Amino acid sequence: MNKGVSVENIRRNGAIYVAESRIRQMSKWKGIIAVVSIGNPLFYLVAIGIGIGILVTENSGTSGTGGVEYIVFIAPALLANTALLGAMDETVFPVMEGFKWRKMFYAMNSTPITGPQIALGVFLAALVRVAFSVLVYWILLVAFGVLSFQDSWFSTVVAMYGGAAFGALMMGVVAGVQKDDYFLTVLGRLVITPLFLFSGTFFPLTNMPIYLQPIGWISPLWHTTELGRYFGYGQQLSGTMLLLHSLYLTAMLVVGIKISNVRFTNRLLK
Amino acid sequence: MPESLISARGLTKKYGDFTAVDGIDFDVAKGESFGLLGPNGAGKSTTMRIIAATSRRTAGTISILGRDPEEHGPQVRAHLGVVPQQDNLDTELTVTENLYIYGRYFGLSKKFVKNKVNELLAFAQLEEKADVKVEALSGGMKRRLTIARALVSEPDILMLDEPTTGLDPQARHILWDRLFRLKEDGVTLIITTHFMDEAEQLCDRLVVMDKGKIMAEGSPAELIKKYSTREVLEVRFGSDRNKEVAPILREMCERIEELPDRILLYVEDGEALLEAITAKGLHPNTSLVRRSSLEDVFLRLTGRSLIE
Repeated sequence: MNKGVSVENIRRNGAIYVAESRIRQMSKWKGIIAVVSIGNPLFYLVAIGIGIGILVTENSGTSGTGGVEYIVFIAPALLANTALLGAMDETVFPVMEGFKWRKMFYAMNSTPITGPQIALGVFLAALVRVAFSVLVYWILLVAFGVLSFQDSWFSTVVAMYGGAAFGALMMGVVAGVQKDDYFLTVLGRLVITPLFLFSGTFFPLTNMPIYLQPIGWISPLWHTTELGRYFGYGQQLSGTMLLLHSLYLTAMLVVGIKISNVRFTNRLLK
Repeated sequence: MPESLISARGLTKKYGDFTAVDGIDFDVAKGESFGLLGPNGAGKSTTMRIIAATSRRTAGTISILGRDPEEHGPQVRAHLGVVPQQDNLDTELTVTENLYIYGRYFGLSKKFVKNKVNELLAFAQLEEKADVKVEALSGGMKRRLTIARALVSEPDILMLDEPTTGLDPQARHILWDRLFRLKEDGVTLIITTHFMDEAEQLCDRLVVMDKGKIMAEGSPAELIKKYSTREVLEVRFGSDRNKEVAPILREMCERIEELPDRILLYVEDGEALLEAITAKGLHPNTSLVRRSSLEDVFLRLTGRSLIE
C-alpha cells in the first residue's frame, strides 16, 4: 500500500472525493445542463408568465394572486421547480448508473470509500448543480425585473433547500429500485408532472377542491414555493405555516439521507 | 511458514437456502499467487467479495492482514486492489480520468496520482489512449485499464476475478504478461478463473472449488501429480462406437473418462497405450497424446468438465 493512503483522511473526506468525481462526470454534460438551466425556465417565464399572465391580469387583475402580477406570483414556484428538477436529475440518474447501468458505485466501494460516503458525495454534487441552476434562474428573474435583487435573494436559499430535501428523498427511493423498466416513466409522468401541476405552481393551492389539495400538502414543491413566495416578494405567511413548511422539508431531507445511507450500505454489501 | 496475509476458517455464505460458500478453510501467504479454480457458480466470486469486505459472511472467520473485513472494511480495502469480473469503469470519462478519480478515492494527493497515472498508462500499454473516452476502448484495453486502476494505490494484495474471460487469445497473453510482472515484483495475487491454462500459468498454489466447497488444494503440479496421471490419451471412435469400445479400453488404462465426443484414457505413457490399442485392431478416427492438466484434475474430483 502506498504510504499516501490514509484511511483517516478518507474517513473525513471520502464524500468530497465522490462529489469531485461526480462533478467531473457532470462537466461532460455542461452544455446540456446550461441549456436546461437557462432555457427551460426562460420558456416557462415567457410563455406562461407573460402569455397567460396577460390573460389573468385582464380578467381578474391581481386579486387572485395575492396582489402581485401573475409573473411575480409564479416566479418563486418556477425557481423551486428548477431546484427540484435539478436535484432529481442529479440523484436519480447517477444512482441508477452507479448501481445498475454502469455499476460505478461498486468500483468506488472497492476502495476504502463506504456506501454512506458515496450517497453523501452524490448528494453534495447534486447540490452544486442545484445551486448553479437556481442562481442562473434567479439572475434571469432579477434581470427581467420580476424579482428585486435585495428583497428576494433569500428565496434562492429556500429553493436550494427544497431541492436538497427532494434530492435526498429521491436518492433514497432510487437506491431501492432493482428493475428500472417502468420506474423512470412512472416517475416522470405520474409523479413529477402531477406534483408540478397540483402544487400551487400556477394558481394558489386553495383554488383546488379540498380533495385535491392533499397532493400539494405532500409535495415538496408546494412547501418550497410557499416559502419562496414569502421570501421572494413578501406573500403573507403565518408563523405556524412558516414553521410547518420548513419542518416538512427538513423531515424529508433527514429521512431521505437516512434511507439513502441504509440502502447504499446494504446494496453494496451483498 | 511464510507470513499469512489472509486466513479463513469455516468460511460460509448463504443466500436464503442456497449455500454459495460452504465452510472453506484457506491461507494466502505474502507474495504468493493464489488461485480459486472452479466452474461458474462454484463460489469463487462470493469468496472474493468476502475477502474484499463487500460481502457479509454467514459463518466462519476470516482475517486479512490481521483484520476482520466486516469490522474494518475501509482499513482492509485500503490494502487491496480489486479487479471485478465485469469492468465497472466510467465509460464517459477518459482513460486518464478513470485512473485519476480512482486514486483520489484512496485519499492520494492530486500530485501523486498525476505522476502515478503516467506509470500506469505505460504498464497497461495505453499511453496512446490516455485522453480517449473509455467507451471507445476494446475489451482487452478496458481489462488492462481496470487492472491498472486497481494498482493506483500500490496495493499489497491484487484480487482478480476472472481476469481474462471474454478476451481473445492475444489480449489474454498480453494480460498474463502484465500479471506475471506484478508477481515478479512481489505483489500478492488472488485470482479466480475457470480456465485451467490460466491457473497453471499464473498460480503458485490453488484450491479447486465446486458447489461452494474446496475439493483439493496444492500447486498445479502437485494437484496433477496427485489426482491425475502423467499423460492423457484422447481418442475418438465416432459417437456411436465410443460406447462400444469403452469397456475394452477401460481394462487397458488406470482411469477412463467418457465424454460425449471423446474418451480420455489416463496413463503414464500415452504413445505406448495408443500402440496397444491399435494392435488390438481398434483404430480410432483421431487420437491425441497430451500432458495431464488441471482440467483432468477437476474432472477426476467432480466428474464434470470445468466449462460446461
